[in-house]
Amino acid sequence: MIPLGHYLVVSAILFAIGTAGVFLRRNLITILLSIEIMLNAVNLTFVAFGRAQGNVDGQIITFFVMTVAAAEAAVGLAIVIALFRHRESLNPDAFTSLKW
Amino acid sequence: MIALIPLFPLLGFAINASMGRRLPKAVSGGLASLVMVASFVVSVMVVWQIADLAPTQRVIEQTLYTWITSGDFKIDLTLRVDPLASVMILVITGIGSLIHIYSTAYMHEEVDREFARYFSYLNLFAFFMLVLVLGASFLVLFVGWEGVGLCSYLLIGFWFEKRSAADAGKKAFVVNRIGDYAFILGTLLLFVRFGTLDFQRIASATAPLAPESMFGTLSVATLLLFIGATGKSAQIPLYVWLPDAMEGPTPVSALIHAATMVTAGVYMIGRNAVLFSHAPETMMVVATIGAATALFAGTIGLVQNDIKRVLAYSTVSQLGYMFLAMGVGAFGAGIFHLYTHAFFKACLFLGSGAVIHALHGEQDVRNMGGLKAALPTTYWTFLIASLAIAGVPGLAGFFSKDEILFETFAHGHTILWTIGILTSLLTATYMFRLVFLTFHGTRRHDAPAPQHPEEEEPTAHGAPSHTAASDAPSHDSHVAPSHHLHDAPAAMAFALVVLAIGSVFAGYIGIPGALGGHNALGSWLEPSFTARSVTTLADAQVAEPGEASGTGEAGGEVNSGVELPLMLVSSVVAIAGIALAAFIWLKRREIADKAAATFPGLYRLLLNKYYVDEIYDATVVQPIRIVSQEGLWRGIDVNIIDGAVNGTASIVDGSSSLLRRLQSGSVRTYAGSLFIGVVLILGYYLWR
Amino acid sequence: MSETILFYLFSVVAILASALVIGQRNPMYSIMLLIASFGALAALYIQLDAPFVAMAQIIVYAGAIMVLFLFVVMLLNAPQEDAAVWDRTHPLRRPGVARFGALLAGLLIVQLVWALVRVNDASTAVNARGDVAAISSVRTVGRVLFTDYMFAFEATSILILVAMVGAVVLAARETAS
Repeated sequence: MIPLGHYLVVSAILFAIGTAGVFLRRNLITILLSIEIMLNAVNLTFVAFGRAQGNVDGQIITFFVMTVAAAEAAVGLAIVIALFRHRESLNPDAFTSLKW
Repeated sequence: MIALIPLFPLLGFAINASMGRRLPKAVSGGLASLVMVASFVVSVMVVWQIADLAPTQRVIEQTLYTWITSGDFKIDLTLRVDPLASVMILVITGIGSLIHIYSTAYMHEEVDREFARYFSYLNLFAFFMLVLVLGASFLVLFVGWEGVGLCSYLLIGFWFEKRSAADAGKKAFVVNRIGDYAFILGTLLLFVRFGTLDFQRIASATAPLAPESMFGTLSVATLLLFIGATGKSAQIPLYVWLPDAMEGPTPVSALIHAATMVTAGVYMIGRNAVLFSHAPETMMVVATIGAATALFAGTIGLVQNDIKRVLAYSTVSQLGYMFLAMGVGAFGAGIFHLYTHAFFKACLFLGSGAVIHALHGEQDVRNMGGLKAALPTTYWTFLIASLAIAGVPGLAGFFSKDEILFETFAHGHTILWTIGILTSLLTATYMFRLVFLTFHGTRRHDAPAPQHPEEEEPTAHGAPSHTAASDAPSHDSHVAPSHHLHDAPAAMAFALVVLAIGSVFAGYIGIPGALGGHNALGSWLEPSFTARSVTTLADAQVAEPGEASGTGEAGGEVNSGVELPLMLVSSVVAIAGIALAAFIWLKRREIADKAAATFPGLYRLLLNKYYVDEIYDATVVQPIRIVSQEGLWRGIDVNIIDGAVNGTASIVDGSSSLLRRLQSGSVRTYAGSLFIGVVLILGYYLWR
Repeated sequence: MSETILFYLFSVVAILASALVIGQRNPMYSIMLLIASFGALAALYIQLDAPFVAMAQIIVYAGAIMVLFLFVVMLLNAPQEDAAVWDRTHPLRRPGVARFGALLAGLLIVQLVWALVRVNDASTAVNARGDVAAISSVRTVGRVLFTDYMFAFEATSILILVAMVGAVVLAARETAS
């Protein structure tokens, strides 16, 4: 009998880790991976809440999140490839042409 | 048919303005003169027509179309010929034609294009002047009034590449504008008072009223109109443009600034004789200013050294006489003098033009002399005209000037009469000074100019040189060798002779009763100065001396006892003036120089025209300039308005340069700002 | 009892693996660790009576998305970031910015904790309600998905189509002609 709160704590920790990864890493791939971590944390939250309410809605939303994550990963990686071809670098700080 | 009178010159203007540059000089000049002659012929026919009518019915009018309708306000473009207008149109078209013919020879050195431009302006001027005198209402008159001002500007500044000419044109226009402003105010006041601007309707409405004793509406309105007249007719205080207007070609000076445009003010008062008669305060002002101006200008003319300037001040002085006449109620006398003055002044100007033409641009009388034998036609016509203006008995000027002086005396204005007599003396003196210096004595026009350090402005040369550098007097550079003097060519001589004949005989239509004449002109003009009541048929009385006018005839019958002695006095004065001039400038020139040396201050004062121009500049022009330049331009326009506009731009610039730092180009910074947003939103929802 | 132990076990694995993901310099290692994390998460899903989601997690996330990442990393053959050089020149290393970022992070943590505290049923057992058999059956999931969430389903399918096209276009090499 695991309380709901435990799951939420886990999820929060995972989310924080993901956020940290987005801001601290200087590799585009790793940043994308951190975003995936955040999305997963959100998934866990949804499923937990859904189970706590006794219906399958949480799971359904999870599907959609997963789908969107997949699409986003695909497009994001395509962009990374295109960027890489330009600058030969995966560091986000290398792409500052839109600077004022 | 009346409309043809102004339309002919307008046609001439249209053709010369549009096609003039392609026409040879003979065609453009001939065309211009021809339309003037045609206009003259039509004028004669029209005058013949009205002469057939009964004296009090002598009006024909032609309404061309309704010009303005606005509610109750309706102005038609109506031309009206009555005795006063008849005199004016004959003068304008007759003397105008002569001057056009003269100009074909005088302006001969110009290129085709300039020649045509000159004649187009001259025709346009004639058109506007005719509209002015033929107009039946204030507005139509004003159209002509403004139009002649415009043409005056164009013609004074004809050689606009010369700085002094361009400035003189501007000065004329601006000073006129001041007068016009007053004129418009006067017109508006009259409209408010009477509800109409038609001359006859105003006259009819005014006639039954009693003359105003204090400064009422009529006095104010007429005073404003008179201020407008001082601008157009060069009286104190707005006369300053006329001497400078001598920068224009000499025929222009003759036509516009002697015979026609400057008389517009006199005409205007004559046209509104009934109105002015009901404003005795204004009449006093008119008479006083007229007399004062006459004396004032006469003193200045005595010492000027430019032949045209002497004549210019003489014009101002004679106009003063005309206003004096109008001011004392002798409207007919004023118009009579206008008519005779047109003849002899035009003759004098054209004569001076012939002299200048012969001497290839020399205008300083100190460099002339001894031309009597070389230029006989010019000399004799000039002499005759000078005798006329001096008021020698038997010539035209005598009759008109004498009538003015008599009327002044008869109405009790003894002081004004004295001033008039004094001015007569001055007139004779300075005119004959001019004659003797120019034509008699030894030839001086090869010699360099004597040193005259008192003069503030060197005499101008009217030579049509298109280089901008020729402002300084160069007495020796362009004067031709002396043995090449030729008298006036045919066209010029013709005009001179006709005008000289006119100077002799023109006055005979106004011979007063005291000398046995009938004063035909006076009685002809009389109906114009009374109000024809619109409804009743006027009786066929010839002389209707109502409240409106006094004619020489009525005065002559009553006071012939006074008139003859006065005539004698003015004749004596005229001859005395001539004798004085002969004594000094013919016999003993050194007297003049000694007098100038003895009273250097006075001499300088007169030579520099009482420093009036400088006073105006200091009191009026500079303050306006300073306010406009420093206050309005620098202060408001540059600082406030431009500042606002530029300030807006710089605010945008500044704020955008702050805002653009958001665009750092770094994705992580953008992510960071997203994060901030998340935190904030989360916090907000947790708070609620 | 065993439930609790399993829960803690899998949670620790997931958290630890995620923490290591963001700490690796080699992206390949990150991906591997993330797969491990996903696996642990799948186990957690099973514990939450959501077997279908767990399977989807393994198949879609760990199986497809991570493999895609792997492909891209190997395709790009990217050099690993040189920490030392970038460290010196990085603007975020400036004290002002770093402090601000730390502050924000702290703020977020506070908010999360606060949010957690306000959850009403935090202490009740997560599987207190609901019929296990119904919740965990694929049939139920399918029925709800294709009736109540029909629109979202269709929209998501279009989203995937768009993403597919976009990915192809973005990554396409510019042809020489």
